[in-house]
Parts: sequence; structure tokens; C-alpha cells
Amino acid sequence: MKWHQKSLTELGKALAEGSVTSEALTRYFLNRINSLSELNAFVDVNPELSLEQAFHADKLIQSGQKGPLTGIPIAHKDVFVTKGWHSTAGSNILKNYLSPFDATVVEHLGPQGAGMVCLGKTNMDEFAMGSSNENSAFGPAKNPWNDKCVPGGSSGGSAISVAAGLAPVATGTDTGGSIRQPSSFCGLTGLKPTYGRVSRYGMIAYASSLDQAGPMAKSASDCALIMNAIAGHDPKDSTSLAKPNEDFSRLIGLPWQGDTSAASQPLKGLRIGLPIEFFAEGLDKEVEMSIRVAIQILEGLGAELKQVTLPKTKLSIPVYYVLAPAEASSNLSRYDGVRYGYRAKEYKNLAQMYERSRTEGFGKEVKRRILIGSYVLSQGYYDAYYLQAQKIRRIIANDFQAAFRECDVILGPVAPNVAWQMGEKSKDPTQMYLEDIYTLSANLAGLPAMSIPCGMSKSQLPIGMQLIGNYFNEAQMLQLADTFQQTTSWHKIMSEISNSDVLGENNDR
Amino acid sequence: MNTQEIKHLAKLSSLEISDSELDFLTQELDAIISMVDELQAVDTEGMEPLFHPIQMIMALSQPLRQDCVTESNSREQNMKSAPAQQSGLFLVPKVIE
Amino acid sequence: MTVKNWEVVIGLETHTQLMTQSKIFSGASISFGASPNEQACAVDMALPGTLPVLNKEAVNHAIRFGLAVGAQIAPISIFARKNYFYPDLPKGYQISQFELPVVVGGTVPIEFNGQVKEIQLTRAHLEEDAGKSLHDDFEGLHGEKSSGIDLNRAGTPLLEIVTEPVMRSAAEAVEYAKSLHSLVVWLGICDGNMQEGSFRCDANVSVRPLGQEKFGTRCEIKNLNSFKFLEEAIQYEVRRQIDLIEDGGVIKQETRLYDPDLQETRSMRSKEDAQDYRYFPDPDLLPLEISREWVEQIKILMPVLPKDLQVEWQEKYGLSSYDTFLLTQEKKTADFFINLLLLIEDSQAKQAANLMAGDFASALNRDGLSAEQSPLKPNHLADLLKRIQDGTISNKIAKEIFSQLWEIGKTSALSTHGAVDEIIDKQGLRQISDSQEIEKIIDQVLVEQEKSVEEYRAGKEKAFNSLVGQIMKATKGKANPAQVNTLLKQKLTGD
Repeated sequence: MKWHQKSLTELGKALAEGSVTSEALTRYFLNRINSLSELNAFVDVNPELSLEQAFHADKLIQSGQKGPLTGIPIAHKDVFVTKGWHSTAGSNILKNYLSPFDATVVEHLGPQGAGMVCLGKTNMDEFAMGSSNENSAFGPAKNPWNDKCVPGGSSGGSAISVAAGLAPVATGTDTGGSIRQPSSFCGLTGLKPTYGRVSRYGMIAYASSLDQAGPMAKSASDCALIMNAIAGHDPKDSTSLAKPNEDFSRLIGLPWQGDTSAASQPLKGLRIGLPIEFFAEGLDKEVEMSIRVAIQILEGLGAELKQVTLPKTKLSIPVYYVLAPAEASSNLSRYDGVRYGYRAKEYKNLAQMYERSRTEGFGKEVKRRILIGSYVLSQGYYDAYYLQAQKIRRIIANDFQAAFRECDVILGPVAPNVAWQMGEKSKDPTQMYLEDIYTLSANLAGLPAMSIPCGMSKSQLPIGMQLIGNYFNEAQMLQLADTFQQTTSWHKIMSEISNSDVLGENNDR
Repeated sequence: MNTQEIKHLAKLSSLEISDSELDFLTQELDAIISMVDELQAVDTEGMEPLFHPIQMIMALSQPLRQDCVTESNSREQNMKSAPAQQSGLFLVPKVIE
Repeated sequence: MTVKNWEVVIGLETHTQLMTQSKIFSGASISFGASPNEQACAVDMALPGTLPVLNKEAVNHAIRFGLAVGAQIAPISIFARKNYFYPDLPKGYQISQFELPVVVGGTVPIEFNGQVKEIQLTRAHLEEDAGKSLHDDFEGLHGEKSSGIDLNRAGTPLLEIVTEPVMRSAAEAVEYAKSLHSLVVWLGICDGNMQEGSFRCDANVSVRPLGQEKFGTRCEIKNLNSFKFLEEAIQYEVRRQIDLIEDGGVIKQETRLYDPDLQETRSMRSKEDAQDYRYFPDPDLLPLEISREWVEQIKILMPVLPKDLQVEWQEKYGLSSYDTFLLTQEKKTADFFINLLLLIEDSQAKQAANLMAGDFASALNRDGLSAEQSPLKPNHLADLLKRIQDGTISNKIAKEIFSQLWEIGKTSALSTHGAVDEIIDKQGLRQISDSQEIEKIIDQVLVEQEKSVEEYRAGKEKAFNSLVGQIMKATKGKANPAQVNTLLKQKLTGD
């Protein structure tokens, strides 16, 4: 039984029926992780701990206390702190760091919450700074579709884990596109919720006003299940919103207007906004083609298309690359070798200890962004850069509101291209930054956004399309994504690696 | 950006930039700053900064915690990753004032 | 060096630790004296992934302070990060307030050179305290001399109170510090324990030639935690600056520390040099909104303020502003006086005030006690005043009784009622008010003091006082002075 090709609902059903145990599932995925370790998707695996959690879940299931996710394994991006597994945020400066507490997201999904089983921590760009996982201190990770290509970043390891069938679902975080872009590069469905929906407590901070956690899965309905478990107010996070709990899957399967009479037109009444700027020069022709085909399909299902404009799309890049480094430069000051983390071996005095620990512990991209961040906050530059960027940020958020007066959901590409070859873009940092052009704005405005598989390039690399919704409209976006996924099969296509058996997989139980 | 500025920034950020790295780094940072300079051309007259995206959604203010002690002594756990400690204290090279 | 040609300009920044149960941004305890790092939770240690949440009581205290000094309470204030590296600063930044503090303006009254002066405040803002470095010689990983860092104090709520540069001498600055200290203790927002670091002053000192409008370059002297050091440090710094300028030097703007052993200030090492704190609004905290309703709620429950008591007592009892100022320096003193007022008639209020400002205050001072620790309770003073008023004893005798009772009271508790009368009776201190009795004694003294009588007759007024003195002596001070005066005069002139 290829458990890794099953949806969360199917796995949940199998566990409930007793056709498989959480222990068996856990062993199954641990085995795959081990066999496909050359993908370098995981940076910390602890089979005993995972199995402990599986045993606990099995007990719950046997005693009838099963929820929809109980006993199902999950992979966590290494940006979330976990008590049992190391937490490094992809950095040497936190190598071997063991947190005394679990991130709220991990708590919500773990034994004391939804009852899922943690398979381990996934590889990522250092401190979530990157779009290719090439900035990880623990080595680049391989795209399961083509091992010469990057999986995307910064949640590269999480993307690989689901795309290669190493985990049924994974958590990621998205500050400038870090859930959406790797999801797009690896053929996954990924969701970045509205800012404040999911607690940031225990999420190693990169850019506080932009970071958000979310699911990376094989389908929209799987994303909804995870969202139900992780969304909600956390009194430990002052920026988490006190919105009453909702069922994110409540609209899945329902027609957009609730009118079941025209079953062939489930999206009737939906207005899809297409920003001019998202389909301008710079967008790869193949990617554009796939998205246009997808748009046609949506039209066929009853959606109405509208042209909208997001004039500051290009400007979102400098705005982001002022604000994110600024916040990061401050958030990363705590890594100083005093209370935890890496401390340099040689130093003459306190100042040197700080400098050496940080210089040796941090990678190049992180150091670059810290310097940029300090620069834009420094005396004389604060107004011209930081404050200015925050003002333009409001313009960008306002532009979205203007667009949403014309449409219900915005649609466009996730990235200008498909996954590139390793090393191709890592020479020039600014080249890499341009990749984020379509994803950054949603983070700046705090809007929910998704990536959905919608095609395959000639080079057999996945293409994703992006949905951006208005605040709190995740359920509607998931509804739309699911409708698309009922009509198409892009999200069902698995990579060869995922399709192949690995050693020891022929036991069903 | 000139090398003096970068050295100053490095000091502020507790980072060490070796002389050999300095030139290349200057170039890289210059490129980023040039890109970022595009911001200057935008007219933001009358625009309030959006420090918290939440402010677009609702008029939110800082939540307040009741004043009570909720944390007990977890010194051992909290300090288990400390590079150097003694008698319950973190050790650092002597601070001279 | 002549200080005469120079004007000294001083501003004070005072860090007051607020009396809350838990820290400003975490739920750890702030009680003093715990074992190192036992009161530093994950948030205080800045472990990866931790976030701050604001303590309501810290804000309540800030509002109380703002109301007490007549300041503006900001309806919206912002927390900002002050970025710098130091081992006692776990996050590598301090959460403070920069452009929009919670309290703006306000004044603190001080008594200086016999006058009441209002010291103008610029602002007061909330921030978190840092941890502590213990500079004992620990051995580090490679045997290097090491300091020990204790983060128990990290995250303790502070209210930083900043004055305008309106003080003109070390003495004045100390008066302000003392008044501010009284006020924050009065309000119950700070315990004022300077040894434990609850109340710390930084002094900004500069000098300028008398008459010049432009301020001179100022230096900041940090972390003065006693009034004595505050005064000494400022005095030294003033001399240092004047000397330097007169020698042709230029004052460098810098931060300095006071060394109480050497009694001098010296420049701090590069921690503060060329520091660019890169303030920006903390993205982990939302703007603090303080509604009018919240302020009203606090206002209703505030203790009566010194200012209000002063006005009331001046208007109701005709006390001087100086007297009311002294009576409201400490809450315990004011409470004592309030209780005393309840036991006496309005017409005695002035006398009561005099008694408290005089003998009572001296005795407290001498024995290092606060009003509530006084061996005499309000009713004892009330009894004394009563006996003066009804003529049982004279003012002078009252003073003696006061001293005696005080000493007795220090060793064993005085009976609530009748302690005063007991002494009066036991020692036969009743005032002699019987005219016949007094006349008899006067007659006797006049006979004995012929010389004085002659001198008086000859025109020497002083001789009259001398005779009075002798009469008082003869009666062991118990004769009613007013009657003595009247009767003596009669006898000297009437005869």
C-alpha cells in the first residue's frame, strides 16, 4: 500500500477502520525518509521519539478518542522549535540547539493537540532567507522532480518531504513566498494564511510582521484539515488575532453561490481578478501558458474574469528587501553565543566573542541581510528607507483593497519560472530577489495566498498558480482550489521518486 | 556605500568582515541598495506607515496580560543549551566598564 | 576655577522599577533576591521563538504616575526596539518607547531654598530592565576571566522619567530626586528601595557661561543609586567640565560612570561610543491604546495626591505652603497628620502642623524612623495638644513631655489613652495658673532679684525677661507664661 500517495482523509479513515496503525504508518514514512536521505529533506530525525508519539496516538484511536488527524505523521519545518528534535532554522548558529518548549503550531498538531506524529525537522534556507534552500547550513536539498534542480525555498525540505512521499503533509512558513514558491516548484498545494491567523510563538523569527505558518500538502482539502488544527488565537503571541474558530473545509464541495442547480457551473458568481502586472514581461512563457489554460478551465466552471491592477508589484521587491532585513537584523541579534547556540572557539574579549560567533555561525545571505537591515534602520537612513517602505506598504495594501472591490479572488503566477538548476542563481543575490515578485505583496499586505499545481513544463517540472484572497477568506480560496482540483489532476501527478518503491516497502502493515 | 560605512555597520551588528571580503561585499550591498533606492521616487505624501498588516483588517491594540506569576523556575531546562555556565550564571568574557 | 561665572544645567532621567507581580512582557516573577536565573523564563532569556505580551498593571502604574504629575496620558503609545549588544540584554535589543511615550509632560514639585518650585518633566515611558552582570572572576571556557550573567532582572518593568534640563545645581537635582522618590512610593508604584536598584538616576550635566543661551555639551552620568552619590557625582562633573573648558579643552559628549571610592566620574568604555540604536516600532507588539475610561477607572482608585492635600490644608486650616509641603513629603507622614486632625479641633491644626514639623520631625530624623514607626501615635500628640490648649501644661513643658514619652515609647509600647496625663500627674507638671500662687512667687522673686528690678526701673527691658526667667525657674517651668507676663508687669508698674 503506497500510503504516501493517500490523502489525509484517506489515511484518517484507514486508521479509524484499523486497516493500519499509526505505528505502521510512522515506520513506513521513516523508512522512506531513510531510503531517500540523499534528497537531504530532513535535518533531524529521531525514530524513537516519532514512534513514541505513534504509540500514544494508537492508544487514543483504540480508546475511540480519534480526531481527523490523530495518528497521521507530519514533517515540521526546522523553523519551528520542538522539544524532542533539534531546532536550527537551517543555521550553524543553532546547530544542536534543543528548545525547552514546543512551538504553538507544533503543540496544536502534536500529541496534546490533534494527535499527529512528528517525523522530524525539515531542511530550509537559513533563517528562512532564501528561495532555493541553497542557503541552508546543512546542504542544499534536491527537488524530487529533478535532482539537479532546487526545490524552492525557504521551506524547501518540507516541500520535498511531501512531494517525494516522505511525509503525508508538512508545515512551512511564508515571509515572502516561502510556502507558495516551493509548493509551486514541487507540485504541492500550499497555503499562507491571513497574517495573525496562526500563532508565531515558537516560530524562529525572521521578519515578524511578515512571517506566517501554513500547511504544504497534496491537496486543498488536506490544507483545510491542517488549518483547522493550527489556526486560532494564542495569548502568547500579541499579534495573533482573536477570531473565533472556524472550519476551513466548510465550503469545500459547495458551489460558489450556494446554488446547487447548475452543477456544471460550480464557480458561477465568482469574479477572478487578473492583475495586469502579474502577466507582464519577465514571466516565463510556459508558466504563463499553463496559468492561462487553468484560467480557461475556471471560466468553464462559471467564473467571471476581470482585469485588475496592482501598480506597485515591481516595487514590492525593494519594499520587502528593506522591511524584512530590517526586522531580521534585530530579530537575529539574540544569536550571540551567550545563552545558547554557537560560540566561537577563539576570542580575546567579549566584543570578539560576539563578532566571531556570529560571523562564523551565520551564512553569507544572513549576514548580507543583517547589514542591509542595520543600514536601513540607521540614523539618517530610517526615514528614507524604512519609513518610506512602510508607507509604500500601505499603498500596496490599499491597492489590493481596490482590486477586491472588483473581484473576489486574485489569480496569477507564483514565480516567474519553474525550478532552476542548483547554483544557477546563487551568484547574484539580487537575481534571486527578483524571483519573489509575485509573492511578496501578499505578505506585505498580510493577505492569505495559496499555490496550486496547474501544469507541467516541458522539462517535467511542476508549475503552480497563485490565489490571493481578501483577509480571512481562506475557506473561499480552499473552496475554489478544491473545485479546480476536482476538475484537474495536476495535483495528483507524483514525481518518479514518489512513484517508485523504496527498500522494505512491500509490507502493508 | 563605502567600506567605512560597511565596517561601521558590521560593528553595529557585531559582525566581522575581513579585508579580503570587504570589496566583494561592498559590491553586493551596493547592488542591493541601488535596487532599494527605487523607493525614493515614490510619492508617499500623507501616507501613514503600515507597521502591522493587521491594521488593515481591524483597529487592533496591544492585548494586555493580567499581572500574575505564571512561570516557575525552569532554570535547568532553559539553560541546557548554554555554551558556558557556572553556579546558575551564564559565563561571558569579562565585561569591563 | 570660579563656579560663579558659569551656569550649571542638569536634567535627570530616573528609572523606577514598577511594583508588579510579574515582568512587563512575561509571566516570570520579579521578586528580589532569587537564585540566579531562576526567575528568567524562556521569554526573558530570549530563547528562539519567544514573544512579548504586555502586563496591564505596568500600564496602570504609568497612568497613575501621569495623573499624579498632571501629565498627558497618550491615548496611543508605541513600543520600540532599542538595538545594541550587551550580555545582560538577552534579545540584543531593549523593548522601550521612543517617539510616542505613554506619558508626556507633567511637573514634580520640590522645595528648594525655602520655596516650592515645579520641575518640568519631558516625558515618562515604559521599558524593560536588563539583567545583571556579576563581575566576580569566574573562569571561562578557555580559562579567561569571565563575568556571570543573571537574567532574573531582565524584563522587570521600568518607568523612565525624564526631566527638562531645568535644574541648576547638584543640590536642586537631589531635591528633585528625593521628591520624585517620595511621590512614586506615595503612589504605590515603586518600592523606592535604592539598594536593590528600584530607583536609579542618570544625570545629564552641562555648563555654560552665565548669560549664554546656548546649552553646553552635556555628559551623562549613569546609574546613580543613592542621593549622596548623585550629589557627589554631579559636583565632580561640574568641576571637571569647568576646569576642562577653562584650560582650553572641549567637552566630549559621552557617558560616564561615577566611582564612589575615588569620588570621580570617568568615561565608560565603547559600549556607548558612537551608538546608533536604530529605533523602530517593535513588530511583535501592537500600539498601546489607553482609553479615557481606563484613565478614569485608575483616577477613581488613586490615593489623594500630595498636591490636593496641600491645597486643602492651606485653605481649610490656613497652613503655609511650606508646612503643607513638608507634611506631604511622605505618605506615612501625611497619613499620620490626617489621623491627628481627626482627633483635634480645626483651630488646633496649625499647632499640630508645627508640632509635626518641629519636634516630631526632628525626633524621627534623629532616630532614623518613618512616621509610622514613631513611638508616639496620633492620639498621643492629640492629647498633648489638648493639654496645651486647656492650659494644663505650657508649650515648654509639652516639649519635655514629648521627649520623655518618645524615649519611653521606644522601648515599650505606650498605652493608647492617658499616657500624657500619666506623666503630667506623676511628675506634677501641671501648669500653675492660679493667679494668687503666681503672685506669691513673683513677690518672692522680686525680693530676691532686687538688681534686676532696679535695672528694669532704670529702663532696661532685658531685665524683664530675666525676671520672667527666674519666675519660671522657681516654678520649674510650670507657671503659665502668659499670666506671669501680665502679673509681673502689673506688679512692676502698678506698685
